[in-house]
Amino acid sequence: MKNKNKKLLIILIFTCLFMFAFSFMLIPFYNLICKTFGITGKTNSTATTESKKIDVSRSITIQFLANVNTTLPWQLYPQQKQINIHPGENQTIFYIAKNNSNETITAQAVPSVTPGIAGNYFKKIECFCFRKQTLQPHQEIKMPVIFYIDPQLPKNIHEITLLYTMYTDNN
Amino acid sequence: MESLQFNMTPGVSPISVDIYHLHMAIFWICVVIGVIVFGVLIYALIYHRQSRKHKPVPFHSNNIIEWLWAIIPFLILVVMAIPATLVLMRMDDEAKSELNIKIIGHQWKWEYDYPEQGIKFFSNLSTPQEEIKGKKAKNKWYLLEVDKPLVIPIQKKIRFLVTSNDVIHSWWVPAFGVKRDAIPGYIHEAWVRVEKPGVYRGQCAELCGMHHAYMPIVVVAKTQIDFDKWVAEQTGATLAEKKQTPKILSKEELMALGKTTYESTCAVCHKSDGTGMPPAFPPLKNGKITTGPIESHIQIVLNGKTGTAMQAFKNQLSNEQIAAVITYERNSWGNNAGIVEPENIEKVKSNNG
Amino acid sequence: MNFITYVKRWLTTTSHQDIGTLYLWLSGFLFFFAGVMALFIRTELFSPGMKLMQPDFYNQLVTFHGLIMIFGVIMPAFAGLANWQIPLMIGAHDMAFPRLNNWSFWLLPFGFLLMLSTLFMSGSAPNFGWTMYAPLSTTYGPPSTDFLIFSIHILGISSILAGINIIVTIINMRAKAITWKKLPIFVWSWLITAFLLLGVMPVLAGTVTMMLFDRHFGTSFFNAAGGGDPLLYQHLFWFFGHPEVYILILPAFGVISEVVPTFSRKALFGRTAMIYAIACIAILSYIVWVHHMFTSGVPLTAQLIFMYSTMLIAVPTGIKVFNWVATMFQGAISFETPMLFAIGFIFMFTIGGFSGLMLSIVPADFQYQDTYFVVAHFHYVLIPGSLFALFAAIYYWIPRWTGNRYSEKLGRWHFWLSTIGFNVTFFPMHFLGLMGMPRRISDYGLAFTGWNQVATVGAFLFAVAQMIFLINVIKTIRGGKKAPTPVWPGAKGLEWKT
Repeated sequence: MKNKNKKLLIILIFTCLFMFAFSFMLIPFYNLICKTFGITGKTNSTATTESKKIDVSRSITIQFLANVNTTLPWQLYPQQKQINIHPGENQTIFYIAKNNSNETITAQAVPSVTPGIAGNYFKKIECFCFRKQTLQPHQEIKMPVIFYIDPQLPKNIHEITLLYTMYTDNN
Repeated sequence: MESLQFNMTPGVSPISVDIYHLHMAIFWICVVIGVIVFGVLIYALIYHRQSRKHKPVPFHSNNIIEWLWAIIPFLILVVMAIPATLVLMRMDDEAKSELNIKIIGHQWKWEYDYPEQGIKFFSNLSTPQEEIKGKKAKNKWYLLEVDKPLVIPIQKKIRFLVTSNDVIHSWWVPAFGVKRDAIPGYIHEAWVRVEKPGVYRGQCAELCGMHHAYMPIVVVAKTQIDFDKWVAEQTGATLAEKKQTPKILSKEELMALGKTTYESTCAVCHKSDGTGMPPAFPPLKNGKITTGPIESHIQIVLNGKTGTAMQAFKNQLSNEQIAAVITYERNSWGNNAGIVEPENIEKVKSNNG
Repeated sequence: MNFITYVKRWLTTTSHQDIGTLYLWLSGFLFFFAGVMALFIRTELFSPGMKLMQPDFYNQLVTFHGLIMIFGVIMPAFAGLANWQIPLMIGAHDMAFPRLNNWSFWLLPFGFLLMLSTLFMSGSAPNFGWTMYAPLSTTYGPPSTDFLIFSIHILGISSILAGINIIVTIINMRAKAITWKKLPIFVWSWLITAFLLLGVMPVLAGTVTMMLFDRHFGTSFFNAAGGGDPLLYQHLFWFFGHPEVYILILPAFGVISEVVPTFSRKALFGRTAMIYAIACIAILSYIVWVHHMFTSGVPLTAQLIFMYSTMLIAVPTGIKVFNWVATMFQGAISFETPMLFAIGFIFMFTIGGFSGLMLSIVPADFQYQDTYFVVAHFHYVLIPGSLFALFAAIYYWIPRWTGNRYSEKLGRWHFWLSTIGFNVTFFPMHFLGLMGMPRRISDYGLAFTGWNQVATVGAFLFAVAQMIFLINVIKTIRGGKKAPTPVWPGAKGLEWKT
């Protein structure tokens, strides 16, 4: 009896440890699902190549927004608030960032897209969000975002909004 | 005594009306099922009692009945799921929106930004502290009133773009059928179309810290003409504000304005008696900054402190308010550390660039 | 017996009966503790305005009320029932690992002392609700949050060890005559619950570990600034959280299925289906978690899938309710206290089930989510659900545990006052939610005053009723009249034959 019990005990303990590890495994799993189904509005975090084909039969309105966390003494705003483009058209827009303080500060931009599904189709070729940005006191820079909208974008989407939230890099 | 309210109302947007009808349909289906099941139960409780000398009939399984009362509820669920699915898909409406408004949740107020019109402002709870503390009678819109409401035009599709500056909040206006979580770093959208002018109130619907109960939402829907007038006033007002020469305020004026500003904006964390809640919220009574160099005090109120909950208030308060609140902090609770005028604030701002 | 011997006995006992008793006393004590917190909450909410406390302390009370009721009352109480009853019902002399059993219990007071000590730490105690959403609990959480995380680890380990003990006991230590077919349904319900525990408590442990790492070790699991995702926290927490609430109710289903046949003098209708239904509910509980997140921006497809899976749980749950009614139908029903609580369970848990069904409808949920409608729903399934089942179980089995009869008169008073008090407290919360009152608010607009006042009165009535229960329990243990033999003429379980 005791041996039977010990055996089952060990199996069950391993089950627990597996579930503990599973909770950590859920993270890449979650990211994979988000990426595959193109949900949560996450966009690519490393550069893609330029688009080759343009779909002139549709026009998408892209809106650009910016948000600076209130503890970061920077300004961030898009140069263009809104553009109309065809899917597949390579486009360059600019965001302007300014450090309003007397210290050198490094910050990271975090992009988010709505509708969430559009995140998978918003292909960035170059983006200031790919890396951290360091600004000297009172320095102002113009940062490009080069992108295209994948022509596979579902037909029912006409309007996409891109938001960058700027956070201080505390490291 | 106000009449007792039991139910939600249909609201003023196509979504809210859809939701109301769906809610009532599901409710009545549940009532009917409940009446049948409880009816049988009550019958048994009355007629199949031992005290009534009822003899138990020893059946304890019946496959046909078991399958029936698995399949019939399943079919009822399918019947419920169909309209629910249709309403949900209608919420994903694709018609182009006519006005975009960015909504940012803060601890503990909402910020509204009309990117196309260039209007940006904070919307703070305007109920006075005396009402909350019970020193004054509560007004009709206690906790549901703000200093600057969100203004929208009627008969236009309005797209809300919701995000957060700090923790998760949730923007909820029951009359619109809109509830969208405000998640830091993310943007989510919702839409509304209001047919008639009116005032609609809502609240934050996700626990976001101390003053979760104190960040209401007020939306004023105006006719297009009135909306255009309001837009003109806002953009005109910001320009006018920029051109004004800074006033000189007496110490009494500074302390009075400072006190109201402090109570509504700073007391949340630093407490009315200035003792704060260390380590997260330092005390201002005999504080290092409030009794130290004036310039540092001005800087921290204007620009906040990175890595802490201390926000930058330069875009939220006017120069008068900032000068007043700093003066109030430097002269309360036993502090005696000088006064600050609006022009001092202006100077520090222009030095900062 | 002197004091030292007395203490030593309770500290070192490995008897399943003693340990069952210890679990029940701990949960009883914490029930009153968290109940008093609820009374403070309801007193503050009696009218608009902050009268008794600051908003931050209100949030702390709400947080602790939830944590303690779930982890300190319902779970330990059912563990206590498991310890007492499982060996008796399967003909085993004790649990598979008696010493482990002792540790499983004693981890709990230690864990709760640690949790409650956060109330005395500098900065505030945890104030972000028992759901601990990031980044409120991570980036913006007070220093005491870390100690809450440690205490959750301790409580989790206790639950896991108890679950393992229960599974091994049931699988390996049944008397020869207790085949799987003959296994009492209460034991089945705990076997399935124990597997749920093993499956999800480690996920909670992983999640709070990630919280700790985000807070102190520079990771960004839930921090958008570092490339993380606050929504990930919600997915992980609710992946644990939804099975957790079924952990709170499945043993209750087991109890009701023991009590109703005894007092209907009729066998449980559809016994096999009842067991399969519990298993179905347990499996389905793993695939519904997003229904706690419908307003957080999950995409349409996810909303639809999880709406359908959540609605589906109504089918096996409905089968159980129908089968209990069918057991009573054409029976010979008597109304001793355990049966009163079981009947109350069937009525009011079903109402909680209906509000749950309404909540599962996504578009409607946009108006219900994070309002008092949700508070009403879960209190209906937890109080007349889990708690009434616990009361039924205690009244039902205390004659076996002590050899004494409880006072039927006090039991009836307990039942009726609890039922009236409960409904007066929580039924109006449906209205409050529909009127637009959000949850977890320390203060509210004037229109919500009326129903809040009704609810507060009900809460105090409910509290008074629990005093009657305490008196009855103490009187019974100290030596009420001896219980007759058989205790319950309609009862058929093995626990009555030993």
